[in-house]
Amino acid sequence: MNDVNNAYLLKELQEEFMDAIHSVEEPYGMLTIELDRVQILPLLNFLYQHPVIQMQFLTDLCGLHFPDNKGKELSVVYHLHSFTKNIRLRIKCYMPIEAPQINSITSVYEASNWQERETYDFFGIEFVGHPNLKRILNVDEMDYFPMRKEYPLEDQTRTDKDDKYFGR
Amino acid sequence: MENNITEFDYKSEYTTLNLGPTHPATHGIFQNILTMDGEIIVDTEQTCGYIHRAFEKIAEHRPFYQITPLTDRLNYCSSPINNMGWHMTVEKLLGVDMPKRVDYMRIIIMELARIADHLICNSVIGVDVGALTGFTYVFQWREKIYDIFEEVCGARLTTNIGRIGGMERDFSPACIKKIREFLQEFPKILREFTKLLERNRIFMDRTVGVGAISTERALKYGLTGPNLRATGLDYDVRVMSPYSSYNDFDFVIPVGINGDTYDRFMVRQQEMWESHKIITQALENLPEGKFFAEVPEFYLPPKEEVYNKMEALIWHFKIVMGEADVPVGEVYHSVEGGNGELGFYLVSDGGRAAYRLHFRRPSFIYYQAYPEMIKGSTLSDAIVTMSSMNVIAGELDA
Repeated sequence: MNDVNNAYLLKELQEEFMDAIHSVEEPYGMLTIELDRVQILPLLNFLYQHPVIQMQFLTDLCGLHFPDNKGKELSVVYHLHSFTKNIRLRIKCYMPIEAPQINSITSVYEASNWQERETYDFFGIEFVGHPNLKRILNVDEMDYFPMRKEYPLEDQTRTDKDDKYFGR
Repeated sequence: MENNITEFDYKSEYTTLNLGPTHPATHGIFQNILTMDGEIIVDTEQTCGYIHRAFEKIAEHRPFYQITPLTDRLNYCSSPINNMGWHMTVEKLLGVDMPKRVDYMRIIIMELARIADHLICNSVIGVDVGALTGFTYVFQWREKIYDIFEEVCGARLTTNIGRIGGMERDFSPACIKKIREFLQEFPKILREFTKLLERNRIFMDRTVGVGAISTERALKYGLTGPNLRATGLDYDVRVMSPYSSYNDFDFVIPVGINGDTYDRFMVRQQEMWESHKIITQALENLPEGKFFAEVPEFYLPPKEEVYNKMEALIWHFKIVMGEADVPVGEVYHSVEGGNGELGFYLVSDGGRAAYRLHFRRPSFIYYQAYPEMIKGSTLSDAIVTMSSMNVIAGELDA
C-alpha cells in the first residue's frame, strides 16, 4: 500500500502525459494536476487500466467559473479515488467560456452521467458524447446558467422592492 | 366504428405509469416515468429537482458558519453527520486540530445519527412490504435519539449541531444520562426489531434477490455506503480516510454478498450494532478537556465574556459579521454519511464566503443506478428497492 504515493502517481502520469499536464500542486495532501482538456478521456482510461494504481472510482465531478481568468473561464474538476491503494487525485480542466466543450467521461464512469448534466445545468459546460445532456435540477425552460458568477444572489441591502410584499 | 376496438393490438402496447412526484410509497419527491409491460417494468425515466434549493449558490454568499444550517437539509435523516462533515472541512482548510474530547463527542453524535438514519430506512423497508408494526415501534427510539440531540443543541431534526472549532457546549449530565439509558435499552429493541423481520418468511420472499446489483456495476455507478457494502466491497470512509479519531475505535464493517434489498437491509442492521459499539467505547473513554479548540476567529466566545471583555466582544462581532480571515486554498473532505461518502469540495479565495462549495451527495450519485436495478422487476419490487436504497430527496436535489 505504501508503494503508491503522490510522487509515484505523478511520475506515472508525467511519463505518459508529459505535454498535457500544465501544473502540479498538492493542496492538503491531495495531488492536483491541471490537464489539457482534450486529454481527459485518455488519462482516465490510463488510470483506470493501470495495473498498480487502479484508479477506478469517480468520487466527484463539478464545475467552476472564474470570470477574470481570460481564456480559462470555466473549469471542470474531477476527484478520483483508488480503493485498492487508497489514493486520491484531483484533475482540473480549463476551457474558454466561448467554447465550453469537453469530452464526456460517461464511457468510463456511468456515475458521471448526472454529474455532467448537473455541471451543464449550472455552468453551461457541454460534455461532448454525453448520451442525454439536458438540465437536471433546474427547469428545462431556463435560458441561463445560474451558477456562473455574473448572476449574483439578491443583494440583502437593496431597497427597490416593496417591503409590504415581503413582510418587512 | 365499434369494430375498431377488436383490431387494437394489445400485445404491442406498453403502459406509461407515473410514479410520483408525490406518491405515498416513494417517501419523498421523486418522479419515475415507468414504461410497463403489464406488471413488469421495461424502462424508467427519472426526473429530479423538485426540491432544488440552490444551496451551492447560496453558499457562495454566506459566511462559513451560516452554511451549517444548509447542510442540515441535505440528508435530513442524519443531519448531525452533515453538520460535522462541514465543520471538519472548514477546520481542515484552517488547519486546526481538535482536542480529543471534541472528536469523541462528535463521534457519539454522528453514530447516534447513523442509528437514527438506518432505523428509518430499515423500518420503512418493512412498511413497504406491509409490516407497519416495526416502523411504529422503532420510531419511538428515533425520538429518543432526537431527545439526546435536543439536549445537546436544542433542535431535533435540522440540528445545526456543533460549531466550526468544536461543540457549542459540553454534554450536560442529563445528556450523558440519556445516552447511557439509550445504550442500555436500545439493544433489546433492536433485537426485537430484528426478530420481526430478519428471518421473517414473507419479508425474505419480498426482499431476497430483489433489486440486486453487482460490485462492478455498483462501482461504475459510484455507489457508496451501505448500498456498496451490500454488494460485498468493504469501502467505508471511516476506515479508508479516518477522520475525527475513528481509528481509536474497534468496530467491524459489515458487508453483504448479493447486493440485493435483503443485503442492504442486513448491512444497515449490523451497522446499527457497530454504531452502538462505537458509542459505548467513546462514552467510556470520553477524554477530559476542552470541548472546543483555540480558534477565536471562528469559535464564538461565551456570552458572559462577550459582555465583559473587549477582546471577546471584538471576536464575537467579527464572527457574526463574517469578517474572519481564511486561507486561500481548496480542500476536499468526506465523511461516512448515512448513505455513503458525503464529500465537501470547498474552494476559498480568502473572502468571507466560499468561492465555490460543492456537495458530493451520495444519493444524487447512486440514484442513477435505480433504472438498471428495477428493470424486469415488478412495480411492487421497485418500491421496495427504492426504499432500501434510502434515496433522500433533500440530498438528491441539494
